[in-house]
Amino acid sequence: MGVIDELVANYNRWIIVFLMVAGLYIVIARGNMVKKVVGLSLFQTSVYLLFLAPAKILGGTPPILHPDFTVYAQPLPHALILTAIVVGVATVALGLALVVRINEAYGTIEEDEIFAKDDDD
Amino acid sequence: MLDHLPVLQVVVPLFGAFLAALTRRPLPAWIVATGVSVLVFAISIGLLQQVLASGPISYEIGGWDPEIGIEYRVDIVNAFILVLVSGIALFIAPFARASVAAEVPEDRIAWFYSMYMLALAGLLGVAITGDAFNAFVFLEISSLSSYALVAMGKHRRAQMAAYQYLVIGTIGASFYVIGVGLIYAMTGTLNFGLIAERLANVESIAPIVAALSFIMVGIGLKLALFPLHVWLPNAYAYAPSMASVFLAATATKVAIYLFVRFLFSIFGAGFVFADLPVTEILTVLSVAAVFGAGAVAVFQPDIKRLFAYSSVAQVGYITLGIGLATQTSLTGGLVHVVNHGLIKGALFMAIGALVFRAQAFNFEEMAGIGRKMPLTAAAIAVAGLSLIGIPGTVGFVAKWYLIVASVEIGWWWLAAVIVASSLLTVIYVGRVVEAAWFRTPSREVAEATEAPVDMLIPIWILVAATIYFGIDTQLTVGVAEQAAASLLAGLR
Repeated sequence: MGVIDELVANYNRWIIVFLMVAGLYIVIARGNMVKKVVGLSLFQTSVYLLFLAPAKILGGTPPILHPDFTVYAQPLPHALILTAIVVGVATVALGLALVVRINEAYGTIEEDEIFAKDDDD
Repeated sequence: MLDHLPVLQVVVPLFGAFLAALTRRPLPAWIVATGVSVLVFAISIGLLQQVLASGPISYEIGGWDPEIGIEYRVDIVNAFILVLVSGIALFIAPFARASVAAEVPEDRIAWFYSMYMLALAGLLGVAITGDAFNAFVFLEISSLSSYALVAMGKHRRAQMAAYQYLVIGTIGASFYVIGVGLIYAMTGTLNFGLIAERLANVESIAPIVAALSFIMVGIGLKLALFPLHVWLPNAYAYAPSMASVFLAATATKVAIYLFVRFLFSIFGAGFVFADLPVTEILTVLSVAAVFGAGAVAVFQPDIKRLFAYSSVAQVGYITLGIGLATQTSLTGGLVHVVNHGLIKGALFMAIGALVFRAQAFNFEEMAGIGRKMPLTAAAIAVAGLSLIGIPGTVGFVAKWYLIVASVEIGWWWLAAVIVASSLLTVIYVGRVVEAAWFRTPSREVAEATEAPVDMLIPIWILVAATIYFGIDTQLTVGVAEQAAASLLAGLR
């Protein structure tokens, strides 16, 4: 199998890896604290996809018992990720709330400016 | 009722958090927190007794089979951790009232206690659950509430520290979940016991190694494994005193428990330590921690930051014991978990008392405090001796086991490293003692009086415990030996 086929066959995994690395890169490389929270959120989203992608079974129906269907998608990852999304929302909300408080206290949300201000006093 | 102790261990503080938020006033919220602390301690003692009497307890939440439901599983290892966490909570309660009232704005005190109980529920949940994803949820409950606790600090840097803690903590938790996702994809289960069974016959080893790496880094961030510790010093230093006590004494310990659970019970000591170079990795990082963080601690001007860096160094001793993975080293590591919980609990409470009476954060401000607050300063000195590992204190027991363990496997240099790194501890504890007793009192200290009795009692109970367990080693070492043996034997 060539590289292209490999890419196409596993395209969902490549998307997951791309989102993961992109999110982590934003967290590390950006000094703006709101952007960092966005990167963090992107990183978490990639984890949701990591769980959900294998749960879809080809030709499977939604996991509702019915005599006409025998192949079902695996429901557990969906339940798990629903919980993880709640955790993710709470994290982003708390992160942004902290940024608001930091902005009130320092008058900026750029990390290097904040460190400079803290070194002064 | 007794059958439901495992779930009550988590439900009681969770409900307490709700109740404290409803009261909206400082005193009722504190009463709720104290009641919850007493209850969770009683429950954890009950669980430990049941485990010692009749072996591991398995509790199925809602009666669902572990295959699809969540199982709470208490064995000797986590019974030990539950007692430690809830015991620290019990002693924090009397200390908290005055300290929190002085450091947190009045309209936020009830919320503060509410967050504290959520953090407690999360930590107890991580320690008791037998489900990998449930552990993640509890880890995030405790972490998110800890971020909020840290952000309540007076100085604006507290908010910055909480933000950095949030970013790093979330990355850690996400790494952990990635690892769990890989395991789930390979084994089709999230139950610790079932994972351990099925990992033996998975088709391909590569995803399992990847899962192990993600989980080690993820939990490593939470337990402040050197060099993943950068969030810790600021979070401990700028949090309100009571939050510092609680986080320093319990949060990293629970992460260490989860780390140990994954390495030994789930992946298995044979796979992790024999087939992969985890011993080498952990030894290098631990040695770097005890020297690196210890050396940084020596130069800290702020006493809370000093002991925060010391926490990173002390975690190094624990991970050293885990990394060597022998019966003796693991016993030493587990004893040091309790040990460090007790010592740091006592130290941060004593510093909380200094802040309460004299607003003393750095060495100039606390100069001569020994003359004005002799009992508090003496507690710092005695707890410091235990941190160094003087014979007769519990700190000695742990280091003795670690040294014996390194000699047993023929790593003499490691024994020398442990002794040499203790000298760093002597220096930074010495600096604190020198400032407290041998300098003329500073302006801040001149007006100070001895700490109130409800602070002194919990401080001295913890200090007395470090001495007591140093002389009567039966309880801690006995339980730690059994725990180490059961860990090395695997989960089922």
